[in-house]
Amino acid sequence: MKLTFQHKRISGILTVLPARELSFLEEMKNYNFPEARSLKLMEVMGYDKRRVVKEGDCLSDLAVFGLKHLFERGLLRPEEIDALLVVTHSPDYILPPTSNVIQGRLCLKQDTLCLDISQACAGFVVGLAQGFMLLEQESIRKVILINGDILSQRTSPKDRSIYPLIGDALTISILERDAQSPPIHAEIKMDGSRGDALMIPAGGIRLPCSPETAVLEDAGDNNLRAKDHLRMEGSAIFNFVQTEVPPLVESLLARAGTPVREVDYFLCHQSNRFMLQKLAEKMNIPQEKVPKNVVENFGNSSGATIPVAITFNLAAKLKNEHARICLIGYGGGLTWATMLMNIGKLAFCELITFL
Amino acid sequence: MKPISEILQEIRPEYDFATSQDYINDGMLDSFDVMTLVAALEKNYSISIPGTAIAPENFRNAQAIQEMLNHCRAHP
Repeated sequence: MKLTFQHKRISGILTVLPARELSFLEEMKNYNFPEARSLKLMEVMGYDKRRVVKEGDCLSDLAVFGLKHLFERGLLRPEEIDALLVVTHSPDYILPPTSNVIQGRLCLKQDTLCLDISQACAGFVVGLAQGFMLLEQESIRKVILINGDILSQRTSPKDRSIYPLIGDALTISILERDAQSPPIHAEIKMDGSRGDALMIPAGGIRLPCSPETAVLEDAGDNNLRAKDHLRMEGSAIFNFVQTEVPPLVESLLARAGTPVREVDYFLCHQSNRFMLQKLAEKMNIPQEKVPKNVVENFGNSSGATIPVAITFNLAAKLKNEHARICLIGYGGGLTWATMLMNIGKLAFCELITFL
Repeated sequence: MKPISEILQEIRPEYDFATSQDYINDGMLDSFDVMTLVAALEKNYSISIPGTAIAPENFRNAQAIQEMLNHCRAHP
């Protein structure tokens, strides 16, 4: 799917991170692996620190905290919000939608379009595309795009393939019309036939959570996980990313008439350091144009990692000037998506801690 | 430069790799070991292994790894 948007921009980005920090070195003893093996993996993958919520905290708690932060500082007025778009696969409830929950808790106007989108690591690009489409409507002048996941509650502490990677985070991006903004190009692809490579088997209607789905099982790799937990076929996902993502980005840049040298940053979903290094090599992109430091500082928070990378690495720059940025998301679904746009002169670009 | 067998032994010292012709299906290397192995091979042989070469069939045994390395050298 090739998409083009005219006269749209991101005007501000806020990241909300939980205060609780976990350390891979302290958690290593939980895994069913020799310490030396885990240490080698730490170096290759970039495992170190990560942020997770305390038990009971949900996505709407982080969202309400972040939006109140913006209201209190005069960076956003509640009555300006025409659409509230929440991209997550860890909602507060199956029903009502988390976007409605947030709208209700903040007493936003009834003329707010609340939409939940169930997407994973490509969720920032998918959310931007949907948000820009909403801005085609005259009555929608400001879209609040929320990307976030609370996956630490759905991963097994005995699963070294997932648990040390996952962090919780939420980001709030403000999308608006802007007559001065250059065209934004995007390409999005999906393949549901490979969806079981990254999934949480239990918790929906197909397989409701039960005492049986909570039982830890060894899938043959010394990692223990239950059907309630997130599971990933590491090799399949790695090969999917290395095979599918580079041609999609190449197609986007060709369509936009923008060579790699004219792109300031390639902001990829922060899956792990190794994956990003290999992706940059494959696409012939200088490594310094591809930030890779989110996993080691905060963990992989699914669809939130791209805006987390922006607020962590580029805040000072993007408050004062524009940069030509290629966004690249890939993951559960399977979904892979890329977008080329100018981002800059942001009213705010910051990272705050949820207390 | 260390031989491939020595690098494998450092990653999984509990296994005798000489006894297997299929490290993946025999459970001697999982996907995380393969990533660790790639990083070690790149450092040891001063080459770059492309992401698309990181597939189970290229790490099935020492011969497959050697052929993959030869291919990487011939097509940098």
